[in-house]
Order: sequence, then C-alpha cells, then structure tokens
Amino acid sequence: MHEVKCIIVDDEATARAIMEELCGSFPELEVVEQFPNALEALKFLNQNEVDVIFLDIHMPLLTGIDFVQTVKDPPKVVFTTSDKEFAIEAFEYDFIVDYLVKPVRPARFQKTILKLKSAFAPVLVGDGDGALAIDQQKDEDLYINIDRRLIKLKMGEILMIEAKGDYIDIKTTTNEYRVHSTLKKIKEKLPELLFMQIHRSFIINFTKIIDIQDNSVLIERSVIPISRSQRPNLMQRLNLL
Amino acid sequence: MAEIPNLDYIKEIAGGNEEFEKKFLSIIQVEFPKEKEDYSNLLNSGQLEESAKVVHKIKHKLGILGLSGGYKMAIKYEEDLKMGNTALKDDFEGVLSAVEDFVLKIA
Repeated sequence: MHEVKCIIVDDEATARAIMEELCGSFPELEVVEQFPNALEALKFLNQNEVDVIFLDIHMPLLTGIDFVQTVKDPPKVVFTTSDKEFAIEAFEYDFIVDYLVKPVRPARFQKTILKLKSAFAPVLVGDGDGALAIDQQKDEDLYINIDRRLIKLKMGEILMIEAKGDYIDIKTTTNEYRVHSTLKKIKEKLPELLFMQIHRSFIINFTKIIDIQDNSVLIERSVIPISRSQRPNLMQRLNLL
Repeated sequence: MAEIPNLDYIKEIAGGNEEFEKKFLSIIQVEFPKEKEDYSNLLNSGQLEESAKVVHKIKHKLGILGLSGGYKMAIKYEEDLKMGNTALKDDFEGVLSAVEDFVLKIA
C-alpha cells in the first residue's frame, strides 16, 4: 500500500492518542491531523484531501454517522466506537471499510490495515502503466460455451470461478454460469493482473475483494477460502499494491 | 473481589514505546478526572441522558485499564441512565474511585 493520508476524529484525547500509536506501527499510514469533533474535521476536509478517516461515532455537536452523510465524496472511513449497535447501519455505505470496537487491539487493527489495502487495491494498482493495463484487461472479453451457445463475458464483470468436478462455475456481477472446463484451462485465459487462484477450487477477481480474514476473502456476499499455500502469495500481492 | 486497574493494554499498544506510555498517562490524568466530575455534576442535576453520554466515554477508559467487569457494568449503566434508572450508581462510582486512585498513583 502506498502512503495513505489519514485523520483521526474522536472527542476523547485518550482514544486519539491510542489510534495515532496504532497507525504509527504502519509506515504506509500518515496521520496528518487529529480533531476532537466532527465540525473541525469538516472544515479541514473542505480544504484538504485525505484517504482515510478514523472516525468515532458518539461525539457532541455532530455524530460520526451524521458527519459521513455531510461530507461530499467521502474518503474511506473506519468507524471507531465503544458500541456494537451501529455496525449494521455503518456498513450501509460503500466507503465504510471497517468498524472497530474500542479499546482496539493491535491484532484487530492489523486486520483493518488489510481491509484498507484491499479497499485501495483497484486505485493503487492504477499507478503508471499498471493502470492502463488493468483497465484494458477489465474490458477484455471471454467467450464461454454453454449448450452450443457462445456467451460473451467482460473480464471485469467476473467475480470468481469455482471448480465443480468436471465443470467450473463462473460467477459474474449479474449471473452465474456452469461451463464444462477446468480451473487450469480457464486460468490460462484470464489476465494475471485481475485474477488469482487462492485455493485449489477457486480463482478470484482480485479487484473485487471486499474483505480479507485470516483464511478467507469476501467477494460480494461469498466467503472464499484461502489455502495455506496461497496465502503468502495473496499477502505479497497486497503488499506489492 | 474488586478489579484492579492495570496498564497491560497500554503496554501492548506501546510495544516498548515509553514516550507513548508517558504521553498516554499524562492525557488520562487530565481527561479522566474531568469526565468523572462532568458525570457527577450531570447526575446530581438530574440530567441522566447527558450523564449517560459521559459514562459512554468513561467505559472506554475502563476497558483500556483492563477492568472488564467495570466495562460491562458501564455498558448496562449507560443504558439504564438513558431509561432514568440509577440503580447501579454506587457500584459504578466505586469503580470510578478505584480508577481515580490508580490514575493519581501513577502521576
């Protein structure tokens, strides 16, 4: 992950200090400012751009939830709160990357960093020539043969491919197709920048990852296992991004 | 048996960074007494919902200081206060006193 500029918004000084220290363990994160309330943060964001906001929910004047609804083109947001009750509401927004319950453990924060890396992956891939390459690859077509009918799929629409015996299931953003083929065969047709095999039965579209847990990734609503042998490759690729 | 506050969590976060530990302690030594006072003033003036908001902030500090029982109690007390129920007042204030003693001791 390249350098990511972030701000911390929390009315508790202790909470801000802890979050700053947690961020300090990751050189990719640069804490550019801290604010004790959302209004000050709002003023700052009117004149400055940041990549991530670590945002408390319960604050006087303006709550974190109200705040994110006020910000135009909000950056990625990680909620930090002492309550679990807002978790569902928080994830209604695409730009919410994580929801941390305080006090935040370092091991849990590490998962937040992985989620941020994943959230930034499509953008961060977009450096220099890589951007062009991945955009082009998203627009490439793949024809699949189903009942003697050729169906055209855009590479960028494919979410994942799962091996099912003599068949593979191709899941796209709109449909699911069962094709008589193998993962090995289709892997040869897929652009490497977009796709990665993370398990003997699964190839995923790397840019569609929403969340990464210890042994699984989340793509849309599907939880896909990561094999032990593939996990280092996946992690390395995240770091490369 | 009453829980005893500790700095295990802060040391875990600090990972040997003594400067951070000092900074954190200096912050909590200012912030906690102020929050305790705010809580008492609001409760004594009958502003229970407002006092619940301060309990919300204090409960985070109880978690930071390793008081898991106190943290759970604060969760319940915060909700009770919103409903106008102060039954846990004495127990909660007992925890606050223990934290205040601890914070003063490390000063």
